[in-house]
Amino acid sequence: MNTTSHRGRIWVLTDKSGKLIEDIDTDQIFHNAHLHITEIAEMGPYALGNLEGWKDFPKKAKPGDIIAAGRNFGAGSSRQQAVDCFIALKVGVLLAPSFSSIYFRNAVNSGFPILRCGELDALVTGKTLESGDEVEVDFLSGRGLNLTKSSAFTVEPMSAVQRDIFREGNLFAFGRSFSR
Amino acid sequence: MGKTVIEKIIQAHTADEVAPGKIVWMDLDIRSARDFGGPNVVKNYEREYAGLPLAEKARTFFTFDLCAPACTLKYADNQQVCRDFARKNGVEVFDVDSGVGTHVLMEEGLARANGTVVGTDSHMNILGALGTFGQGMGDVDITFAFRTGRTWFEVPESVKVILKGTFRKPTSAKDLTLYLLKALGTKKIALRSAEFTGPAVAGLSLAGRLTLCSMVTEMAGIIGFIPECGAEARGEIGRYAKAAFSPLAPDPDAGYAETIEVDVQDLPPQVAAPPSPTNVRPAAELRGTKIDSGFIGSCTNGRFEDFAEAARLLKGRKVKKGIMLKIVPATRRVYEELLAKGILQQLFAAGAIVVNPGCGGCAEGHVGLTGKGEVQISTGNRNFAGKQGKGQTYLASPAVVAASCVMGHIAGPEDLT
Repeated sequence: MNTTSHRGRIWVLTDKSGKLIEDIDTDQIFHNAHLHITEIAEMGPYALGNLEGWKDFPKKAKPGDIIAAGRNFGAGSSRQQAVDCFIALKVGVLLAPSFSSIYFRNAVNSGFPILRCGELDALVTGKTLESGDEVEVDFLSGRGLNLTKSSAFTVEPMSAVQRDIFREGNLFAFGRSFSR
Repeated sequence: MGKTVIEKIIQAHTADEVAPGKIVWMDLDIRSARDFGGPNVVKNYEREYAGLPLAEKARTFFTFDLCAPACTLKYADNQQVCRDFARKNGVEVFDVDSGVGTHVLMEEGLARANGTVVGTDSHMNILGALGTFGQGMGDVDITFAFRTGRTWFEVPESVKVILKGTFRKPTSAKDLTLYLLKALGTKKIALRSAEFTGPAVAGLSLAGRLTLCSMVTEMAGIIGFIPECGAEARGEIGRYAKAAFSPLAPDPDAGYAETIEVDVQDLPPQVAAPPSPTNVRPAAELRGTKIDSGFIGSCTNGRFEDFAEAARLLKGRKVKKGIMLKIVPATRRVYEELLAKGILQQLFAAGAIVVNPGCGGCAEGHVGLTGKGEVQISTGNRNFAGKQGKGQTYLASPAVVAASCVMGHIAGPEDLT
């Protein structure tokens, strides 16, 4: 069973001006040139491979890291690989003010912690959240702590369905856990 | 309180209470997977459900449209993985000769008004044009749907988009759609179900309805519906479904999170410049932008009338020397009709490159890619950086693409002499 909180180093996906990058689409996350790859373990090196300024992310990331992105993250195609590439890198949590519907479902169904954080833009603009900060997030209470800056923030807690799927591991395990 | 279109369709497929924000378990009428996503669905299925039957094989399909016929070894392998699974499980495959899966499901009468359809195509919500709740999903979701016939879904809020005024040719459904992308951006209907109303959409042809509903994805919406439907589109949809077409209307007291009015009176042709589909300007402002290639096709503009309009403008004219014009009909049935009516011959005579049906202009598997420095004007639906290659993609209507390919730069039909 997965644990419902996570602590790790955060990467804030910002552009040159320091603002959160919005509308990052699945071709920027995992380009369609690599869609033939079906092994999750092989997907890591292509994560954010088409996102200007972040193409070296797989080299910089270490297991347990947290990603924060701008609104409408995961726009575009339905490819599961855009989630799986972060699972391959063992990313701990993905935060954004909003996600595309398909992307959010794909993450939930894979048991990958994905959480909406409405105040993310304000945190980044106010420099109370920066790449490298040590951050802790509780998935059920929605409590967020920035241990580096000694500040707090909130995220939208997991819904009941998201929590149940996450606890079981993924949608398949969850499906086996109940009979409807 | 009454129900909106999406609420009515979901309610007809669930025993749970339907209201915006509620998560329900709903039945899925049709479950499908493409040659992209499909191989992972097979892999997931055989890992998770080895030896267990599909919920219902007659409601389960594969549609190959991404790399058709396979032009890479990897896709050839992946398609065969799906075919083998399909044969073993008695599932029908609309193979590489068929065309864009969503359009094939429509033409085969499988995507029906008030039904629910899922697949591994993020433009599955194009089926809103038929009053069908279509939804693109990832391979985990679709594997679960193959096995159980159901899924969880958060009922979205609905928003009413009232289009005020009318426009005339050469302005088309695509120009209207691009203008709505500009007006609504990726925020106004994000994660919501949109209902488009007003004279500008009530009379749209089926092709026009598909154009508009296809790009709700680029507006970040869950789906778009057009409850009003003219006689012509009604007839065409009914012929495919072999049943009278009657899309659901919202209740008079249905609840909307927001009502948005957009004035489209005398709208001129529009073009979306790189790097996003919402970066839309009047075509006239971009007139003169040099192009290297043009593309007409995709789920957004791959119907008969899209090519007929291009052929009409190209009649007696030639694609400018040095410019590539790529033609990709949405489906085999569209291709057949274009052949029968002499449209493909006209396009060929004008210098166009005519290619078999599929998802060209979007994904890497089919034609429509751009090299570094290349400028392409396309009737597709996405122009994100790097999507079709390192070149620049402008999105426009078939008429604007055809005229631009004659002139060698972005132009409108009025520029043709």
